[in-house]
Amino acid sequence: MDINFTPEELAFRDEVRVFLDTKLPKEIASKVKNGQHLSKDDTVRWQKILNEQGWMALHWPKEHGGTGWSPIQKHIFEEECAEYGAPSVLPFGVNMVAPVIIKFGTEEQKQKYLPPILNSDVWWCQGYSEPGAGSDLAGLKTKAVREGDHYVVTGQKTWTTLGQHADWIFCLVRTDPSAKKQEGISFLLIDMKTPGITVRPLITLDGEHEVNEVFFDEVKVPVENLVGEENKGWTCAKYLLTFERTGIAGVGQSKAALKHLKEVARKVQQNGKPLIDDPLFRNRLADVEMELMALEMTNLRTVAAAQAGGVPGAESSFLKIMGTELRQEITDLFRRAAGPYAQPFLPESFEADYDGEPVGPEFANTVSTKYFNMRKLSIFGGSNEIQKNIIAKMILGL
Amino acid sequence: MDFKLSDEQRMLEETVGRLVRDGYPFDVREKARTSELGYSAEMWQQFAELGLLGVPFSEDFGGFNGGGPELMVVAEGFGRGLVLEPYLATVVLSGTLINSLGSDAQKEKLISAIVGGELRLALAAYEPEGRYDHTHVAATAEKSGDGYSLTGNKAVVLHGDSADQLVVIARTGGNGTDRDGLSAFIVDANADGVSRRGYETIDGLRAAEITFNKAAAELLGEEGKAIDALEASLALGIVALCAEATGAMEVACDQTLAYIKERQQFGVAIGKFQALQHRMVEMRMELEKARSMTIFAACSLDAPAQVCAKRVAAAKAIIGKSGRKVAEEAIQLHGGMGMMEETAVAHYAKRIVLIDHQLGDLGYHMQQLESLLDVDDDAA
Repeated sequence: MDINFTPEELAFRDEVRVFLDTKLPKEIASKVKNGQHLSKDDTVRWQKILNEQGWMALHWPKEHGGTGWSPIQKHIFEEECAEYGAPSVLPFGVNMVAPVIIKFGTEEQKQKYLPPILNSDVWWCQGYSEPGAGSDLAGLKTKAVREGDHYVVTGQKTWTTLGQHADWIFCLVRTDPSAKKQEGISFLLIDMKTPGITVRPLITLDGEHEVNEVFFDEVKVPVENLVGEENKGWTCAKYLLTFERTGIAGVGQSKAALKHLKEVARKVQQNGKPLIDDPLFRNRLADVEMELMALEMTNLRTVAAAQAGGVPGAESSFLKIMGTELRQEITDLFRRAAGPYAQPFLPESFEADYDGEPVGPEFANTVSTKYFNMRKLSIFGGSNEIQKNIIAKMILGL
Repeated sequence: MDFKLSDEQRMLEETVGRLVRDGYPFDVREKARTSELGYSAEMWQQFAELGLLGVPFSEDFGGFNGGGPELMVVAEGFGRGLVLEPYLATVVLSGTLINSLGSDAQKEKLISAIVGGELRLALAAYEPEGRYDHTHVAATAEKSGDGYSLTGNKAVVLHGDSADQLVVIARTGGNGTDRDGLSAFIVDANADGVSRRGYETIDGLRAAEITFNKAAAELLGEEGKAIDALEASLALGIVALCAEATGAMEVACDQTLAYIKERQQFGVAIGKFQALQHRMVEMRMELEKARSMTIFAACSLDAPAQVCAKRVAAAKAIIGKSGRKVAEEAIQLHGGMGMMEETAVAHYAKRIVLIDHQLGDLGYHMQQLESLLDVDDDAA
């Protein structure tokens, strides 16, 4: 039993650090650290740098251009990226649709879709949720009717993250309305430029345009865009949802955020003393710190189990719940650190080229929007209540 | 990074596991708990025969040369069985302190006797006014002839009622909470000037209030320099308590899960109700955190002093926090049955909660952690 990295693992970490030191554009890292908006170009630029290094596809098999890294290497890489302020890789292409194509797709589909995903030439979005199908995803109604060599797709998807930039969308559609809920669903790839598709922005409570509604009005989709068998799309959907996600606990993000929070709390003054010396605030910082240690060790135990050949299953639900609650707690502390200056709302200041004066301390500008934005963590990717249902069923046998 | 047990550690785990499974069913434990001694002297001899009393000591004394991970494995197994015997008091707290401070002759005599099962000890460190602060020592010792004469009061000395000898912390210098001037002594528990008031604790163990009035004492190590060794033994004790709590929490979770699958109300097993399912999930989540932090602390005892102190404090604090949740939920989900003395889970709940009252509680360790907040610590 040894909680320390091996010399090989430490050497790998050094290699990652050298890469991040030399290749991560400083202006992009600065935006991430200051909570400013990243443009589509920022994300694509970083992902292309990753691809040049051969480090874009952590979870793909090597033959398709994946890294072939062990779970511990993936963990180290993700931790270091968070520490350095690298943008999160957009998961929809490389980590979501691609593994499904690799597992269930035809040779033609692999050749057509995988290389542009690897090089971030195509921006993917996810067409799962619908207004009437959230946690109960299998209740989806968007239908695809086969007509010759096409499907005709009609319906609506929602919460489509960054769909405003997307070139393609992968969709769960109902191909057999008479079958039982899960059994009449298919997995379709749809070009967003196809006539009949309309994207409408949804503005969230923090004033952001991150998510969208996507409407399909008799959209013609070639039959060869079906992945896997018709009416077997639920298998693909489940595979995608349970696909190995070493980063689900968000340990790296939480560590970086806690470090920043401590810096802020040392600077902010209260009654002539740094806020970090306020007994109540310090107590909550200590609480977050110890919970983060517990999360990190639990995450490492899961990573090590995967390394030893175990398949991470419902355990990732534990990590999702613990990790998201902690990240939310940290945003709450940031809001409290800002005090009255958590109130001003200056969305123009979130742009990197903003040259106006901040109201109050600079860090305070984004604390409230971030706090409200991060409420999403316990809702998306299977709400934390759904995660508890999964654990109750899969681990506890209830 | 590797969380697997070594072959030796796995053997230790199996030894303890078998002992607890075969030798420690609930009714046998109840019989020992309600006996005059409060535990089983025969069981103690079995510990000796199986080599468990030598785990942290060198092979020279018939020991196992184990560290944090080995004690974790043993204590977790003991936690699963709610073991009553004075392992923590004798081996982990007193034994390792003697091992750190004692002369070769003292170790030869005392450690060999511990390993052989012939000597039971208790650590008399904390005082009535000192709560969880081990530096708050008012007891004093002064030179007297070849040895020392010790005077003072010690509070809630775990297994102090039945110990043969006591390891006592007293001042030979300084005052208040000074770290310098603390010395460790061996005192015969039945010597003149030692009076003990023994009692049962709410979780079924035994303890004592002990008064020393010019009791004859034998110095361990250098005069006034016991603090580092004391803190090392306390850290080891905390690891053992965390592991014991983890073992007990695991059983509390298992028993609760079994109960809600079996107990029928409204025509179905109550485990079908989502309100209870989610609470059960939360219990398991707390257990995982507790286990993670126990491993973390157990593997950190050789880290730089402040890093070690930070992790150990965090582990004990998490155990206090998570343990309370698991204990309370275990009782709640058992309903009225959870309130019964005859129900095993009630005894697990009591031990888990009372572990928070030994070697520093949640509040105490949160304060330690707060004072170490600036210590930069990259796990792994």
